[in-house]
Formats: sequence, C-alpha cells, structure tokens
Amino acid sequence: MDTAVIVGQVQSFSVLAAGLLISLAALGTAIGFGLLGGKYLEGIARQPELGPMLMLRMFIVAGLLDAFAAISIVMGMILFFGNNPFLNAVLFHVAK
Amino acid sequence: MGEPVHSSNEYIQHHLQHLTLNLKTMTIDESGGFWVLNLDTFLVSIALALIVFGFMHHIAKHMTEVPGKMQNLVESVFEFVKNSVYEIFHENEVFIPSIALTIFIWVIAMNAMDLLPVDLLPRIFKAFGYPYFKSVPTADPNTTFAMSFAVFLLILGYNIGVKKGSLKEFLTFPFGPYLFPINVAFRLIEEIIKPISLALRLFGNMFAGELIFIVIAAVLPWWIQWPAGFIWGIFHFLIITLQAFLFMILTIIYLSMARASHE
Repeated sequence: MDTAVIVGQVQSFSVLAAGLLISLAALGTAIGFGLLGGKYLEGIARQPELGPMLMLRMFIVAGLLDAFAAISIVMGMILFFGNNPFLNAVLFHVAK
Repeated sequence: MGEPVHSSNEYIQHHLQHLTLNLKTMTIDESGGFWVLNLDTFLVSIALALIVFGFMHHIAKHMTEVPGKMQNLVESVFEFVKNSVYEIFHENEVFIPSIALTIFIWVIAMNAMDLLPVDLLPRIFKAFGYPYFKSVPTADPNTTFAMSFAVFLLILGYNIGVKKGSLKEFLTFPFGPYLFPINVAFRLIEEIIKPISLALRLFGNMFAGELIFIVIAAVLPWWIQWPAGFIWGIFHFLIITLQAFLFMILTIIYLSMARASHE
C-alpha cells in the first residue's frame, strides 16, 4: 500500500514534467516560427524579387529553431513512453 | 520470439531497442552496458553509404555528353551543393564542397529510412533470429555524435593549422588582451556548443519522428493508422530534407568561419 502511494507520487510528477517539457517546447517553437514567418512576409512584400533567397534563409533559421524544441520533445517522450528512470530508481529501492 | 506482444507499452519499448553486439563476450545480447556496438546502425549506415555513393560513382564514371535522367539528377544535386558552398565561402577549392556533399547525401539517405513501415525491417530480421532492430541510423545518438565530432576535429584542425594568428585571436577577442580568461571561456563555450548542438538537433528530430510513427502503430486502431501515418509522413519528409540541409549548411558555415578570422 505504501509502495503504491510512492509509485503514484513519482508517476504523477513524471507526467507533469513530461507535459511541461512538451508544451513549453511547442510554445517556444510556435512563437519563434510565427515571428520568423511574419518577418519573411514583410521582406517579400518590400522586395518580391528576393523571394527564393529569403526562403532559403528562412528554412535555415527554421531548422535552428527546431533544434532545442526537438531535444525537449525527445526527453518528454522518453519519460512518457520509454522506461521512466525516476520510477526505475523507486522500484529498485522498493525491491531491496 | 514468437509470442504476441501484450501491451502497447511493450511494443513501443521493443521498437526502441538496438541490436547490440556485446564487446566483452562478442555475442549478440543486450547486457553489455557501455561496451556495445549497435550493429543495426552500422549495418544500415554502411549499406546506405555503399548504395548511394556507389550509384553516384557509377553515374560519374559513365558520363555522357547529353545527360540521361540519372545523370541529370546527380548533376543537379551536385550543383545545388556547390552553389550552397559558394554563397558562404568564396574560395575555389575541393575539400569543403566534398564534405558538404557527403554529409548532405548520406544524412538524407539515413533519414529516409524512417519512411519505411515501422515493422518492415524488424520482422525481416526477426525471421533470421535477431530480436531487435532499429532501422534509422540517425535516430541513434552515436551516429550523429560521430559525424559532429568529425566536423569538430576538422574545425580544430583548421583553427590551429591554417589560420594565421589564431592563438592571438583566441586570447584577445572580444574583450581585449588583459581580460583573457573571459575571452578563453567565451571561445571555449562557443566551440563546444557547435558539435553538441549539431548532433542533438539531428538526433532529436529523427528520434521524435520515429517515436511518433511507433506510437501511431501501437496506439491507434487499424482504420485510422493510414491517414494519421500519411499526414505525419508528409510532414516528416519536410523535416528529413530540412535537417540534412541544415547539417550541411552549418558544417559549411563552421568550417568557413574556422578558415577566415573574426574580422
């Protein structure tokens, strides 16, 4: 009974952590891409002949924006779907 | 190995394990800890390199004056990489475009393995008796860190060997000669973050994509798997090419920055 309480606590905090990781990554990326796209549209509106060159640069910056969001998502998904290291530590100590 | 998988969690876990060669006992089991070689990564990446670069080499050896379709394809890729290098680095030389071409073509080929069905290669290998198989080499952090470490060694080599006055610049930029510990610290952080971010960016994107494909296969009912997988596959196709292109562009930028000085 005591074990179930501890495991439940660890699981709930892991779920909160995974949710925060994924949601904050999504939030940062969404705001970043919105700003990036807005500036790109302004640039195109001012000088349409620079379209392809600006699009290339936009994709470069988009790839840079994606980087840390992807890392956060990977960590969140490992907590969610993979073996949860915090839970493993608790189970290891319970089994002793 | 033939018993059915009982829960989606087991299925997902099963698909996230590598086929490891335990270096201590030289057998294929999963208890090696740190001293393992991920055989599936080796196999797929070397096979893809041989196929893709062998194809390009064959086309280049049998070049004709009026190009056929395959020669057109190879030439257009080649020109794309050459123009990308030329926009950033204006000297005319062979080494940086060669590295850029290698990275671009190889990373696209390795990433594209993610578009195969999730169970295809693991089932084939299970028929031969190997229990686990991950078919995307760049979803293994070892591959991406190996590539970015190679680029890092090249950056160091260029910084130390080729650029004149690199030690002076290391100690005095940007705060002047008397604050040199801060300069050294800034410069070290900037140099260390380059390979780490290169490797983790590619690994994070590919691992997330592969994991979402596995989750689609594990959790959704069969009649919605095709639309969901299709939509994610279209988006993932953009991510594949974009991440390969970005790795190439960042490599070119870092190498060209290591050649020129900070003026």
